[in-house]
Amino acid sequence: MFPADLKYTKDHEWLKPEGDGTALVGITHYAQDALGDVVFVDLPEVGASFGGGEEFGTVESVKTVSELNMPAAGDVLEVNAALADHPEAVNEDPYGKGWMVKIKLTGAFSGLLDAQAYEALVSAESH
Amino acid sequence: MSTTASELMKTPLNEAHRALGAKMVDFGGWDMPVQYPGGIIAEHEAVRTRAGLFDVSHMGEIRVKGPGALALVEYLTPNAVAKLAIGQIHYTAFLYENGTFVDDLLVYREGEQEFLLVVNAGNSDKDFAWVQQHAPAYDCTVVNESPVTGQIALQGPLSLSILQPLTRTLLAPIGYYFFTHGEVAGIKCLISRTGYTGEDGFELYCAAGDTERIWNAVLQAGKPQGLVPAGLGCRNTLRLECKMALYGHEIDDSIHALEAGLGWIVKLDKGAFIGRDALVAAKSAPAPRKLVGFKTLEKRDIARDHMPVVQDGKQIGFVTSGAPSPTCGINLGLAYVPTELAKIGGRIQIEIRGRDVDAEIIPTPFYKRTK
Repeated sequence: MFPADLKYTKDHEWLKPEGDGTALVGITHYAQDALGDVVFVDLPEVGASFGGGEEFGTVESVKTVSELNMPAAGDVLEVNAALADHPEAVNEDPYGKGWMVKIKLTGAFSGLLDAQAYEALVSAESH
Repeated sequence: MSTTASELMKTPLNEAHRALGAKMVDFGGWDMPVQYPGGIIAEHEAVRTRAGLFDVSHMGEIRVKGPGALALVEYLTPNAVAKLAIGQIHYTAFLYENGTFVDDLLVYREGEQEFLLVVNAGNSDKDFAWVQQHAPAYDCTVVNESPVTGQIALQGPLSLSILQPLTRTLLAPIGYYFFTHGEVAGIKCLISRTGYTGEDGFELYCAAGDTERIWNAVLQAGKPQGLVPAGLGCRNTLRLECKMALYGHEIDDSIHALEAGLGWIVKLDKGAFIGRDALVAAKSAPAPRKLVGFKTLEKRDIARDHMPVVQDGKQIGFVTSGAPSPTCGINLGLAYVPTELAKIGGRIQIEIRGRDVDAEIIPTPFYKRTK
Protein backbone atom coordinates (compact mmCIF):
# COMPACT_ATOMS: atom_id res chain seq x y z
CA MET A 1 0.00 0.00 0.00
CA PHE A 2 2.93 2.35 0.74
CA PRO A 3 5.97 1.37 -1.36
CA ALA A 4 9.18 2.51 0.41
CA ASP A 5 10.93 3.67 -2.77
CA LEU A 6 8.32 6.38 -3.49
CA LYS A 7 7.89 9.94 -2.27
CA TYR A 8 4.39 11.16 -1.50
CA THR A 9 2.41 14.42 -1.46
CA LYS A 10 -0.23 15.38 1.07
CA ASP A 11 -2.65 15.41 -1.90
CA HIS A 12 -2.02 11.70 -2.53
CA GLU A 13 0.25 11.78 -5.55
CA TRP A 14 3.42 9.72 -5.63
CA LEU A 15 6.81 10.38 -7.24
CA LYS A 16 9.28 7.65 -8.11
CA PRO A 17 12.79 9.00 -8.79
CA GLU A 18 14.49 6.80 -11.40
CA GLY A 19 18.01 7.85 -10.43
CA ASP A 20 18.78 9.45 -13.81
CA GLY A 21 17.10 12.80 -13.18
CA THR A 22 13.73 11.51 -14.28
CA ALA A 23 10.75 10.35 -12.22
CA LEU A 24 7.39 8.68 -12.65
CA VAL A 25 4.26 10.28 -11.17
CA GLY A 26 0.91 8.76 -10.26
CA ILE A 27 -1.76 8.72 -7.56
CA THR A 28 -1.69 6.54 -4.47
CA HIS A 29 -3.69 3.50 -3.56
CA TYR A 30 -5.54 5.61 -1.02
CA ALA A 31 -6.44 8.18 -3.71
CA GLN A 32 -7.73 5.62 -6.21
CA ASP A 33 -9.74 3.94 -3.48
CA ALA A 34 -11.33 7.25 -2.49
CA LEU A 35 -12.18 8.08 -6.12
CA GLY A 36 -13.69 4.71 -6.97
CA ASP A 37 -13.91 3.47 -10.57
CA VAL A 38 -11.68 5.72 -12.71
CA VAL A 39 -13.16 6.39 -16.15
CA PHE A 40 -10.86 9.04 -17.61
CA VAL A 41 -7.43 10.53 -16.97
CA ASP A 42 -6.75 13.89 -18.59
CA LEU A 43 -2.97 14.19 -19.06
CA PRO A 44 -0.77 17.01 -20.39
CA GLU A 45 1.14 17.16 -23.67
CA VAL A 46 4.68 15.80 -23.82
CA GLY A 47 7.04 18.75 -23.40
CA ALA A 48 4.84 20.71 -21.01
CA SER A 49 6.62 22.21 -17.99
CA PHE A 50 5.19 22.37 -14.51
CA GLY A 51 6.26 23.81 -11.21
CA GLY A 52 6.08 21.79 -8.02
CA GLY A 53 2.48 21.63 -6.78
CA GLU A 54 1.08 22.84 -10.11
CA GLU A 55 -1.97 21.13 -11.60
CA PHE A 56 -1.03 18.91 -14.55
CA GLY A 57 -4.28 17.08 -15.22
CA THR A 58 -7.44 15.59 -13.79
CA VAL A 59 -8.71 12.14 -12.97
CA GLU A 60 -12.41 11.44 -13.39
CA SER A 61 -14.23 8.62 -11.64
CA VAL A 62 -17.89 7.70 -11.88
CA LYS A 63 -18.75 9.79 -8.87
CA THR A 64 -16.25 12.63 -8.83
CA VAL A 65 -13.26 14.41 -10.35
CA SER A 66 -9.93 15.23 -8.78
CA GLU A 67 -7.04 17.47 -9.81
CA LEU A 68 -3.59 16.04 -10.34
CA ASN A 69 -0.76 18.11 -8.89
CA MET A 70 2.93 17.75 -9.69
CA PRO A 71 4.88 16.45 -6.70
CA ALA A 72 7.98 18.28 -8.03
CA ALA A 73 8.92 20.67 -10.81
CA GLY A 74 9.54 18.95 -14.12
CA ASP A 75 9.12 18.69 -17.88
CA VAL A 76 6.85 15.97 -19.20
CA LEU A 77 8.88 13.37 -21.11
CA GLU A 78 6.17 10.79 -21.55
CA VAL A 79 2.51 10.23 -20.67
CA ASN A 80 0.91 6.86 -20.03
CA ALA A 81 -1.06 6.52 -23.27
CA ALA A 82 -2.45 3.14 -22.18
CA LEU A 83 -4.71 4.92 -19.71
CA ALA A 84 -6.81 6.28 -22.60
CA ASP A 85 -8.24 2.82 -23.20
CA HIS A 86 -7.65 1.35 -19.76
CA PRO A 87 -8.24 4.01 -17.10
CA GLU A 88 -9.11 1.20 -14.68
CA ALA A 89 -5.36 0.51 -14.43
CA VAL A 90 -5.28 3.43 -11.98
CA ASN A 91 -7.55 1.42 -9.66
CA GLU A 92 -5.99 -1.95 -10.28
CA ASP A 93 -2.31 -1.05 -10.16
CA PRO A 94 -1.84 2.56 -8.99
CA TYR A 95 1.94 2.21 -8.46
CA GLY A 96 2.58 0.19 -11.63
CA LYS A 97 0.47 0.17 -14.79
CA GLY A 98 -1.49 3.14 -13.45
CA TRP A 99 1.44 5.59 -13.63
CA MET A 100 0.50 8.85 -15.30
CA VAL A 101 3.50 10.89 -16.46
CA LYS A 102 7.25 10.59 -16.65
CA ILE A 103 9.05 13.85 -15.97
CA LYS A 104 12.53 15.25 -16.19
CA LEU A 105 13.11 16.79 -12.80
CA THR A 106 13.95 20.47 -13.20
CA GLY A 107 14.63 21.36 -9.60
CA ALA A 108 15.33 19.84 -6.25
CA PHE A 109 12.21 18.42 -4.68
CA SER A 110 11.41 19.12 -1.11
CA GLY A 111 8.48 18.84 1.21
CA LEU A 112 7.55 15.35 0.05
CA LEU A 113 6.70 12.62 2.54
CA ASP A 114 8.40 9.26 2.86
CA ALA A 115 6.32 6.10 3.04
CA GLN A 116 6.14 6.11 6.81
CA ALA A 117 5.03 9.75 7.07
CA TYR A 118 2.49 9.27 4.28
CA GLU A 119 1.06 6.18 5.96
CA ALA A 120 0.63 8.19 9.16
CA LEU A 121 -1.14 10.96 7.21
CA VAL A 122 -3.53 8.51 5.54
CA SER A 123 -4.35 6.70 8.75
CA ALA A 124 -5.14 10.06 10.38
CA GLU A 125 -7.42 11.00 7.46
CA SER A 126 -9.36 7.77 7.50
CA HIS A 127 -10.25 8.08 11.19
CA MET B 1 -15.32 17.64 7.20
CA SER B 2 -17.29 19.10 10.02
CA THR B 3 -18.88 15.92 11.26
CA THR B 4 -17.21 12.73 12.35
CA ALA B 5 -18.55 9.25 11.84
CA SER B 6 -19.70 9.05 15.44
CA GLU B 7 -22.05 12.03 14.98
CA LEU B 8 -23.68 10.59 11.85
CA MET B 9 -26.95 8.73 12.03
CA LYS B 10 -26.77 5.02 11.37
CA THR B 11 -29.24 2.62 9.81
CA PRO B 12 -29.81 -0.81 11.40
CA LEU B 13 -27.49 -2.23 8.70
CA ASN B 14 -24.43 -0.13 9.54
CA GLU B 15 -22.44 -3.06 10.93
CA ALA B 16 -23.52 -5.29 8.06
CA HIS B 17 -22.20 -2.78 5.51
CA ARG B 18 -18.85 -2.57 7.26
CA ALA B 19 -18.62 -6.36 7.41
CA LEU B 20 -19.19 -6.43 3.63
CA GLY B 21 -16.28 -4.01 3.15
CA ALA B 22 -18.42 -1.02 2.16
CA LYS B 23 -16.92 2.41 1.77
CA MET B 24 -19.02 4.64 4.01
CA VAL B 25 -19.79 8.30 3.35
CA ASP B 26 -21.75 11.12 4.96
CA PHE B 27 -25.01 11.29 3.02
CA GLY B 28 -27.23 14.04 4.39
CA GLY B 29 -26.10 13.31 7.93
CA TRP B 30 -26.31 9.54 7.52
CA ASP B 31 -23.38 7.13 7.53
CA MET B 32 -24.18 5.24 4.32
CA PRO B 33 -22.41 2.83 1.94
CA VAL B 34 -21.41 4.57 -1.31
CA GLN B 35 -20.05 1.32 -2.72
CA TYR B 36 -18.87 -2.17 -1.79
CA PRO B 37 -15.54 -3.65 -2.93
CA GLY B 38 -16.90 -4.50 -6.41
CA GLY B 39 -17.19 -0.81 -7.24
CA ILE B 40 -19.89 1.45 -8.64
CA ILE B 41 -19.73 0.24 -12.25
CA ALA B 42 -19.99 -3.45 -11.29
CA GLU B 43 -22.91 -2.71 -8.94
CA HIS B 44 -24.63 -0.62 -11.60
CA GLU B 45 -24.29 -3.42 -14.14
CA ALA B 46 -25.53 -5.99 -11.63
CA VAL B 47 -28.75 -3.99 -11.14
CA ARG B 48 -29.28 -3.60 -14.90
CA THR B 49 -28.64 -7.26 -15.72
CA ARG B 50 -29.27 -9.27 -12.52
CA ALA B 51 -30.08 -7.61 -9.20
CA GLY B 52 -28.70 -5.38 -6.48
CA LEU B 53 -29.73 -4.94 -2.86
CA PHE B 54 -29.78 -1.43 -1.36
CA ASP B 55 -30.13 -0.23 2.21
CA VAL B 56 -32.66 2.60 2.09
CA SER B 57 -33.47 2.59 5.80
CA HIS B 58 -32.44 6.24 5.97
CA MET B 59 -35.61 7.22 4.08
CA GLY B 60 -38.30 8.82 6.24
CA GLU B 61 -41.76 7.36 6.85
CA ILE B 62 -44.69 9.45 8.07
CA ARG B 63 -48.05 7.82 8.79
CA VAL B 64 -51.22 9.90 8.52
CA LYS B 65 -54.37 8.25 9.82
CA GLY B 66 -57.90 9.29 10.83
CA PRO B 67 -61.11 10.68 9.33
CA GLY B 68 -59.29 13.75 7.99
CA ALA B 69 -56.26 11.92 6.57
CA LEU B 70 -57.32 11.96 2.92
CA ALA B 71 -58.20 15.64 3.05
CA LEU B 72 -54.85 16.51 4.67
CA VAL B 73 -52.76 14.56 2.16
CA GLU B 74 -54.78 16.05 -0.72
CA TYR B 75 -54.07 19.53 0.62
CA LEU B 76 -50.34 18.84 1.13
CA THR B 77 -49.63 17.26 -2.27
CA PRO B 78 -50.44 18.09 -5.93
CA ASN B 79 -51.27 14.58 -7.18
CA ALA B 80 -54.82 13.15 -6.98
CA VAL B 81 -54.78 11.15 -3.74
CA ALA B 82 -58.49 10.29 -3.91
CA LYS B 83 -57.81 8.34 -7.10
CA LEU B 84 -55.42 5.96 -5.35
CA ALA B 85 -56.86 2.52 -4.67
CA ILE B 86 -56.04 0.92 -1.33
CA GLY B 87 -52.73 -0.83 -1.96
CA GLN B 88 -51.67 1.67 -4.60
CA ILE B 89 -48.76 4.13 -4.55
CA HIS B 90 -47.98 7.32 -6.41
CA TYR B 91 -45.11 9.74 -6.80
CA THR B 92 -45.83 13.27 -5.64
CA ALA B 93 -44.38 16.20 -3.72
CA PHE B 94 -44.78 18.63 -0.88
CA LEU B 95 -44.83 22.11 -2.41
CA TYR B 96 -44.52 25.57 -0.93
CA GLU B 97 -47.12 28.23 -1.77
CA ASN B 98 -44.87 29.41 -4.61
CA GLY B 99 -44.88 25.95 -6.20
CA THR B 100 -41.29 25.05 -5.31
CA PHE B 101 -40.34 21.87 -3.53
CA VAL B 102 -40.32 21.09 0.17
CA ASP B 103 -39.53 17.52 -0.95
CA ASP B 104 -40.65 14.78 -3.30
CA LEU B 105 -42.22 11.63 -1.90
CA LEU B 106 -44.27 8.49 -2.39
CA VAL B 107 -47.80 8.21 -1.01
CA TYR B 108 -48.96 4.70 -0.05
CA ARG B 109 -52.68 4.26 0.47
CA GLU B 110 -52.99 1.84 3.37
CA GLY B 111 -56.72 2.37 3.88
CA GLU B 112 -59.58 4.73 3.05
CA GLN B 113 -58.17 7.16 5.63
CA GLU B 114 -54.64 5.90 6.22
CA PHE B 115 -51.53 6.88 4.27
CA LEU B 116 -47.83 6.19 4.52
CA LEU B 117 -45.69 9.05 3.18
CA VAL B 118 -42.14 8.07 2.26
CA VAL B 119 -39.79 11.04 2.12
CA ASN B 120 -36.11 11.77 1.59
CA ALA B 121 -33.76 11.09 4.49
CA GLY B 122 -32.20 14.53 4.50
CA ASN B 123 -35.61 16.23 4.51
CA SER B 124 -37.32 13.88 6.92
CA ASP B 125 -37.41 16.22 9.93
CA LYS B 126 -38.44 19.23 7.82
CA ASP B 127 -41.17 17.14 6.16
CA PHE B 128 -42.53 15.83 9.44
CA ALA B 129 -42.68 19.38 10.80
CA TRP B 130 -44.40 20.49 7.57
CA VAL B 131 -47.09 17.83 7.89
CA GLN B 132 -47.53 18.52 11.59
CA GLN B 133 -47.84 22.25 10.95
CA HIS B 134 -50.84 21.70 8.66
CA ALA B 135 -52.41 18.76 10.48
CA PRO B 136 -54.29 20.55 13.29
CA ALA B 137 -57.06 21.63 10.90
CA TYR B 138 -57.71 17.97 10.06
CA ASP B 139 -58.99 15.14 12.21
CA CYS B 140 -56.06 12.76 11.97
CA THR B 141 -52.87 11.62 13.68
CA VAL B 142 -49.41 12.15 12.21
CA VAL B 143 -46.68 9.78 13.35
CA ASN B 144 -43.02 9.85 12.35
CA GLU B 145 -42.23 6.15 11.94
CA SER B 146 -38.75 6.71 10.50
CA PRO B 147 -36.83 5.68 13.65
CA VAL B 148 -38.67 2.36 13.97
CA THR B 149 -38.71 1.45 10.27
CA GLY B 150 -36.08 -0.31 8.19
CA GLN B 151 -36.20 -0.44 4.42
CA ILE B 152 -34.29 -2.38 1.78
CA ALA B 153 -34.66 -2.22 -2.01
CA LEU B 154 -34.15 -5.27 -4.20
CA GLN B 155 -33.74 -3.97 -7.75
CA GLY B 156 -33.05 -5.61 -11.08
CA PRO B 157 -34.61 -7.97 -13.63
CA LEU B 158 -34.11 -11.04 -11.40
CA SER B 159 -35.76 -9.44 -8.34
CA LEU B 160 -38.97 -11.41 -8.56
CA SER B 161 -37.29 -14.77 -9.01
CA ILE B 162 -34.96 -14.03 -6.09
CA LEU B 163 -37.69 -12.85 -3.73
CA GLN B 164 -40.51 -15.28 -4.53
CA PRO B 165 -38.99 -18.33 -2.78
CA LEU B 166 -38.75 -16.29 0.45
CA THR B 167 -42.45 -15.44 0.69
CA ARG B 168 -45.88 -17.03 0.43
CA THR B 169 -47.21 -13.77 -1.02
CA LEU B 170 -47.61 -14.15 -4.77
CA LEU B 171 -45.42 -11.41 -6.17
CA ALA B 172 -46.20 -11.52 -9.89
CA PRO B 173 -49.74 -10.07 -9.48
CA ILE B 174 -48.41 -7.03 -7.59
CA GLY B 175 -48.44 -4.29 -10.21
CA TYR B 176 -45.81 -1.56 -10.58
CA TYR B 177 -46.52 1.06 -7.89
CA PHE B 178 -48.72 -1.28 -5.86
CA PHE B 179 -47.97 -2.91 -2.50
CA THR B 180 -49.20 -5.50 -0.07
CA HIS B 181 -48.38 -6.75 3.42
CA GLY B 182 -46.79 -10.14 3.92
CA GLU B 183 -43.82 -12.00 5.29
CA VAL B 184 -40.39 -12.33 3.74
CA ALA B 185 -38.11 -14.93 5.34
CA GLY B 186 -40.62 -15.13 8.19
CA ILE B 187 -40.44 -11.38 8.83
CA LYS B 188 -43.50 -9.16 8.60
CA CYS B 189 -43.07 -6.45 6.04
CA LEU B 190 -44.70 -4.17 3.52
CA ILE B 191 -43.84 -5.42 0.02
CA SER B 192 -43.83 -2.59 -2.51
CA ARG B 193 -43.18 -2.93 -6.24
CA THR B 194 -41.27 0.32 -6.58
CA GLY B 195 -37.74 1.57 -6.91
CA TYR B 196 -35.35 4.28 -7.95
CA THR B 197 -33.31 2.48 -10.57
CA GLY B 198 -35.57 2.08 -13.61
CA GLU B 199 -35.61 -1.70 -13.17
CA ASP B 200 -38.23 -4.05 -11.83
CA GLY B 201 -37.91 -4.56 -8.12
CA PHE B 202 -39.33 -4.54 -4.64
CA GLU B 203 -38.89 -2.28 -1.65
CA LEU B 204 -39.42 -4.00 1.68
CA TYR B 205 -40.38 -2.03 4.80
CA CYS B 206 -40.01 -3.78 8.14
CA ALA B 207 -39.47 -3.12 11.84
CA ALA B 208 -36.02 -1.57 12.34
CA GLY B 209 -34.95 -4.52 14.50
CA ASP B 210 -35.77 -7.01 11.71
CA THR B 211 -33.83 -5.19 8.98
CA GLU B 212 -30.58 -7.10 9.32
CA ARG B 213 -32.33 -10.49 9.24
CA ILE B 214 -34.33 -9.64 6.13
CA TRP B 215 -31.24 -8.10 4.44
CA ASN B 216 -29.16 -11.22 5.10
CA ALA B 217 -31.93 -13.56 4.00
CA VAL B 218 -32.44 -11.77 0.68
CA LEU B 219 -28.70 -11.39 0.04
CA GLN B 220 -28.16 -15.10 0.73
CA ALA B 221 -31.10 -16.20 -1.40
CA GLY B 222 -30.02 -14.05 -4.33
CA LYS B 223 -26.35 -14.98 -4.40
CA PRO B 224 -26.77 -17.91 -6.82
CA GLN B 225 -28.48 -15.54 -9.26
CA GLY B 226 -25.76 -12.92 -9.01
CA LEU B 227 -27.34 -10.54 -6.49
CA VAL B 228 -24.83 -8.08 -5.00
CA PRO B 229 -25.12 -5.42 -2.30
CA ALA B 230 -25.31 -2.03 -4.01
CA GLY B 231 -24.45 1.42 -2.65
CA LEU B 232 -25.53 5.00 -3.11
CA GLY B 233 -22.95 5.56 -5.86
CA CYS B 234 -24.72 3.31 -8.35
CA ARG B 235 -28.12 4.37 -7.01
CA ASN B 236 -27.26 7.82 -8.35
CA THR B 237 -26.04 6.69 -11.78
CA LEU B 238 -29.03 4.36 -12.12
CA ARG B 239 -31.59 7.05 -11.29
CA LEU B 240 -29.81 9.60 -13.51
CA GLU B 241 -30.03 7.30 -16.55
CA CYS B 242 -33.80 7.18 -15.96
CA LYS B 243 -34.08 10.95 -15.33
CA MET B 244 -35.53 10.41 -11.87
CA ALA B 245 -35.30 13.64 -9.87
CA LEU B 246 -33.08 13.91 -6.80
CA TYR B 247 -33.85 16.55 -4.19
CA GLY B 248 -31.05 19.11 -4.01
CA HIS B 249 -30.30 18.56 -7.70
CA GLU B 250 -33.23 18.60 -10.14
CA ILE B 251 -35.68 19.86 -7.52
CA ASP B 252 -35.40 22.11 -4.50
CA ASP B 253 -36.98 25.17 -2.93
CA SER B 254 -35.98 27.38 -5.88
CA ILE B 255 -37.47 25.25 -8.68
CA HIS B 256 -41.18 24.74 -9.26
CA ALA B 257 -42.88 21.54 -10.31
CA LEU B 258 -43.60 22.53 -13.92
CA GLU B 259 -40.03 23.62 -14.71
CA ALA B 260 -38.84 20.30 -13.34
CA GLY B 261 -40.88 18.43 -15.94
CA LEU B 262 -43.14 17.10 -13.19
CA GLY B 263 -46.39 18.53 -14.54
CA TRP B 264 -47.70 14.96 -14.57
CA ILE B 265 -47.87 14.91 -10.75
CA VAL B 266 -49.77 18.21 -10.67
CA LYS B 267 -53.55 17.78 -10.89
CA LEU B 268 -54.87 21.33 -11.02
CA ASP B 269 -58.47 20.11 -11.34
CA LYS B 270 -58.50 18.13 -8.08
CA GLY B 271 -59.26 21.05 -5.75
CA ALA B 272 -57.18 23.13 -3.39
CA PHE B 273 -53.62 22.16 -2.50
CA ILE B 274 -50.58 24.11 -1.33
CA GLY B 275 -48.83 25.61 -4.36
CA ARG B 276 -51.83 25.39 -6.68
CA ASP B 277 -52.28 29.12 -7.26
CA ALA B 278 -48.62 29.58 -8.14
CA LEU B 279 -48.71 26.68 -10.58
CA VAL B 280 -51.92 27.93 -12.22
CA ALA B 281 -50.19 31.28 -12.75
CA ALA B 282 -47.02 29.58 -14.01
CA LYS B 283 -49.03 27.54 -16.47
CA SER B 284 -50.55 30.63 -18.08
CA ALA B 285 -47.13 31.74 -19.37
CA PRO B 286 -44.41 29.62 -20.96
CA ALA B 287 -41.80 28.53 -18.39
CA PRO B 288 -38.59 30.53 -18.86
CA ARG B 289 -36.42 27.47 -18.23
CA LYS B 290 -36.69 23.77 -18.67
CA LEU B 291 -34.91 20.62 -17.49
CA VAL B 292 -33.20 18.83 -20.38
CA GLY B 293 -31.00 15.79 -20.80
CA PHE B 294 -27.69 16.15 -22.59
CA LYS B 295 -24.57 14.26 -23.55
CA THR B 296 -21.14 15.82 -23.86
CA LEU B 297 -19.39 15.04 -27.12
CA GLU B 298 -15.89 14.23 -25.89
CA LYS B 299 -14.92 11.40 -23.59
CA ARG B 300 -12.86 13.76 -21.43
CA ASP B 301 -15.79 16.12 -20.84
CA ILE B 302 -17.77 14.94 -17.86
CA ALA B 303 -20.26 17.49 -16.59
CA ARG B 304 -20.90 17.50 -12.86
CA ASP B 305 -23.58 18.93 -10.60
CA HIS B 306 -23.74 22.75 -10.40
CA MET B 307 -21.51 23.44 -13.44
CA PRO B 308 -22.70 26.47 -15.43
CA VAL B 309 -24.41 26.24 -18.82
CA VAL B 310 -22.94 29.17 -20.77
CA GLN B 311 -23.54 31.15 -23.95
CA ASP B 312 -21.18 33.86 -25.20
CA GLY B 313 -19.40 33.93 -21.87
CA LYS B 314 -22.57 34.37 -19.83
CA GLN B 315 -24.21 31.82 -17.55
CA ILE B 316 -27.66 30.88 -18.86
CA GLY B 317 -28.36 27.73 -16.87
CA PHE B 318 -26.81 25.04 -14.70
CA VAL B 319 -26.17 21.32 -14.57
CA THR B 320 -28.21 19.53 -11.92
CA SER B 321 -26.61 16.09 -12.22
CA GLY B 322 -23.89 14.68 -14.42
CA ALA B 323 -21.87 11.50 -14.62
CA PRO B 324 -20.40 8.99 -17.02
CA SER B 325 -23.24 6.55 -17.75
CA PRO B 326 -22.21 2.94 -17.17
CA THR B 327 -25.13 1.59 -19.24
CA CYS B 328 -24.99 4.04 -22.15
CA GLY B 329 -21.21 4.41 -22.25
CA ILE B 330 -21.37 8.18 -22.71
CA ASN B 331 -21.19 11.19 -20.41
CA LEU B 332 -24.71 12.25 -19.47
CA GLY B 333 -26.28 15.02 -17.53
CA LEU B 334 -29.40 17.00 -16.74
CA ALA B 335 -29.49 20.80 -16.85
CA TYR B 336 -31.84 23.74 -16.62
CA VAL B 337 -31.62 25.81 -19.82
CA PRO B 338 -33.70 28.65 -21.28
CA THR B 339 -36.81 27.13 -22.85
CA GLU B 340 -35.98 28.45 -26.32
CA LEU B 341 -32.82 26.29 -26.30
CA ALA B 342 -34.54 23.18 -24.97
CA LYS B 343 -34.81 21.31 -28.26
CA ILE B 344 -33.74 17.74 -28.95
CA GLY B 345 -30.59 17.84 -31.07
CA GLY B 346 -29.78 21.38 -29.97
CA ARG B 347 -26.30 22.31 -28.78
CA ILE B 348 -25.45 23.89 -25.47
CA GLN B 349 -22.13 24.73 -23.87
CA ILE B 350 -21.08 23.74 -20.38
CA GLU B 351 -18.21 25.28 -18.51
CA ILE B 352 -16.05 22.48 -17.16
CA ARG B 353 -13.10 23.77 -15.12
CA GLY B 354 -12.69 26.90 -17.18
CA ARG B 355 -13.29 25.32 -20.61
CA ASP B 356 -16.56 25.74 -22.53
CA VAL B 357 -17.37 22.32 -23.93
CA ASP B 358 -20.09 21.28 -26.38
CA ALA B 359 -23.05 19.17 -25.36
CA GLU B 360 -26.05 17.95 -27.31
CA ILE B 361 -29.59 17.85 -25.95
CA ILE B 362 -30.88 14.29 -26.29
CA PRO B 363 -34.16 12.53 -25.46
CA THR B 364 -34.82 11.35 -21.91
CA PRO B 365 -35.01 9.03 -20.13
CA PHE B 366 -31.53 8.08 -21.34
CA TYR B 367 -32.30 4.46 -20.46
CA LYS B 368 -35.54 2.57 -20.52
CA ARG B 369 -35.83 -1.08 -19.65
CA THR B 370 -37.33 -3.49 -22.16
CA LYS B 371 -40.34 -5.00 -20.42
